[in-house]
Amino acid sequence: MPTLRFNMALLQISEPGLSTAPHQHRLAVGIDLGTTNSLVATVRNGISVVLNDEHGRAMLPSVVRYALDGRVAVGESAQAAQSDDPVNTIVSAKRFMGRGLADIGDTSRLPYRFVEVPASGQTGQGGMVQLRTVAGAKSPVEVSAEILKVLRARAEAALGGELVGAVITVPAYFDDAQRQATKDAAKLAGLNVLRLLNEPTAAAIAYGLDNASEGVYAVYDLGGGTFDISILRLSRGVFEVLSANGDSALGGDDFDQRIHCWLLEKNQLSALSPQDTRLLLTLARSAKEQLTEHEEACITAVLSSGEVINNVLTQDEFESLSKNLIQRTLQPLRRALRDARLSVADVKGVVMVGGATRMPQVQHAVGEFFGQTPLTNLDPDKVVALGAAIQANLLAGNQSRDDWLLLDVIPLSLGLETMGGLVEKIIPRNTTIPTARAQEFTTYKDGQTAMSLHVVQGERELVSDCRSLAKFELRGIPAMVAGAARIRVTFQVDADGLLNVAAREMGCGIEAAIVVKPSYGLSDAEITRMLQDSTQHAQDDMQARALREHQVEANQLLEAVGHALEQDGMLLEAGQRMRIETQMRVLRDTLLLTDQRELKRAISALNESTVSFAQARMDKSVSQALAGKNISDLEVK
Amino acid sequence: MTHGFDSPQNHFQLFGIPASYQLDNAQLELAFRALQAQVHPDKSAHLSDIEQRIAMQRSTLVNEAYQTLRSPIRRARYILALQGVDTQEETNTVMPLEFLMAQLEWREAVADAQQARDAEALGRLEARMKDETDELEAMLAVKIDGEHDYAVAAGLVRKLRFMEKLAEEIDSAYDAIDL
Repeated sequence: MPTLRFNMALLQISEPGLSTAPHQHRLAVGIDLGTTNSLVATVRNGISVVLNDEHGRAMLPSVVRYALDGRVAVGESAQAAQSDDPVNTIVSAKRFMGRGLADIGDTSRLPYRFVEVPASGQTGQGGMVQLRTVAGAKSPVEVSAEILKVLRARAEAALGGELVGAVITVPAYFDDAQRQATKDAAKLAGLNVLRLLNEPTAAAIAYGLDNASEGVYAVYDLGGGTFDISILRLSRGVFEVLSANGDSALGGDDFDQRIHCWLLEKNQLSALSPQDTRLLLTLARSAKEQLTEHEEACITAVLSSGEVINNVLTQDEFESLSKNLIQRTLQPLRRALRDARLSVADVKGVVMVGGATRMPQVQHAVGEFFGQTPLTNLDPDKVVALGAAIQANLLAGNQSRDDWLLLDVIPLSLGLETMGGLVEKIIPRNTTIPTARAQEFTTYKDGQTAMSLHVVQGERELVSDCRSLAKFELRGIPAMVAGAARIRVTFQVDADGLLNVAAREMGCGIEAAIVVKPSYGLSDAEITRMLQDSTQHAQDDMQARALREHQVEANQLLEAVGHALEQDGMLLEAGQRMRIETQMRVLRDTLLLTDQRELKRAISALNESTVSFAQARMDKSVSQALAGKNISDLEVK
Repeated sequence: MTHGFDSPQNHFQLFGIPASYQLDNAQLELAFRALQAQVHPDKSAHLSDIEQRIAMQRSTLVNEAYQTLRSPIRRARYILALQGVDTQEETNTVMPLEFLMAQLEWREAVADAQQARDAEALGRLEARMKDETDELEAMLAVKIDGEHDYAVAAGLVRKLRFMEKLAEEIDSAYDAIDL
């Protein structure tokens, strides 16, 4: 690795906004919510460390088992039961996040009972798939939330306090529905999401800061169920993602499947029971792992029919079985390089991430493609969580020796359906986030008062080949002649890579705004329902929890505003200052009561009263050039 | 950072760089990074919702301004808009016949290369297209910065738009070959 040091001078500029009191360490974690295993890490004494469970294990198998009595087992114990109780033991739930039944394809090779969920609300499409268990139908969001709850408890026990927030990693190639589902799962697990961070980017942070790297790097991330390739430029404390590509349905699991199919063929088996399917998949995985270090692997099993399986798989055979899976990772690689307008020769280093990159044939293929030996000096299973923890520490506002800036991109283009089922791209892939784009539409019939919009994500020209994110209708357009109404549709993608669409009728000053969530996302009501389901005394617990959260928030806010007034009070006119101080007093009084709604009101009243103050403070440190602008000023092209 | 402008009216002033078509990319990039280091939402993730919202809006604006200035065609279009000149890319379809003929030939050549799955031919087409694009951009610099001839510059932007579409076709031909 190169040994240039970062030049941090550029970034050592005072922090804008209402800063929190110094020297107060805020507990924050990074969570790698993986297809196969999940991890939690935190920064302790300036060093990122993975937090182990009470048995010293870092990795929590992403396996959740539901029992008849309502108990939920997560991790090793659930994994141990997967062959006996495959229907109620959910593995690789990440593959179903934000996905409908149609997306999953051949369900016969999976031991679950899938439930197709009808569309909810705004869209004509089916909802996210669910899995029928003895404890009822479970959505992948609920399954993931169980994993996150265990990691949250592990972190709180290790750190001795409540978490301020967490950075949750997602595959860079996750679309909006998958990202939203992940955020919903975190919410359901009671986590405050500081940021959704792309997995390869998290790995780059861990590598880059560790090695003080400069130049263009490729991160090849082959996880249990997803594949990402990111091309980044690291320079002077800036991590700039130039392009991302991948396949959100390709990972180590598929290599297991190949071995599984090979076993079926070798033994001329068909229509196995869920138990036998799970047994063979488990054996396939351990054969794959053995072949990392050994020339051959023995696979022996007794099926429920009494039939005995006894096969030997060699490394060469495995390599030819998995050859086209590896080929499938090379195409996104070429595309990512082309999108970044770079060639193989420009890439200074290749970072390997994800347990599946341990397979020798993967390392060989990647090394051959780039003409250099890939970097594997950080544990490919842990590097994502370690990077996420470093970013969480920064986002939580803790002081750190280094400062850096992360510029990430949206991996897939966003567009709208136009005439003939074609897609008009509004935001192209690899646009740096946050970003916004506005587009104007008009009515095509006289007296038309409604217009429907269909938001899609993907690179293909036909709507039917892209992911449908939301369909919504804008009503109440004033009746005018065709072409007179002006409807402005704004796409805003935030730093989590999540999309909000707002539509406004501008023609005669009437503004109707609508905010859309992806059709596979859950509504707030659904999350509330799940929260209620998941606790016995749901109502009481939730209220108590909400009250406590608001109390913490109120105290933090009072502290921050007080601190800001002390520092920058001179930026305020007397009247403004009085308004803020009045709202502070109201909030302090409300804190003495236990009415969480009142408290929430008082918090937002104080917040609202500080808007212009916060802007003034930001402008003090930033150039005046930014003052008073907002999204609606953006160039529309 | 140098912001020598009293009233921030445009993207150039935002980054504190001269408002010309020819620009110092390194200077633009430095200014962009310095501004993002201040306004990026990651810097206010621990602050109130309102501060996070302001940060997102400003960071969005900085990204948009940077993308506009970094791309030669968008930068030209933007300068012309500041001068009150519409590039009429959707409405003005009057192009020199020879230019249109050349475009047709380009498209056919791209389609042929895709048909023959000939990546090398595509590479040659890409290089030629790049040369022509560079030429058009050099002329833009003369027309905008030197002669202030915005009407001619608008015509060059319309030609560049054709080249941009051609580049997109070459990209999708590469994708098709790679399938």
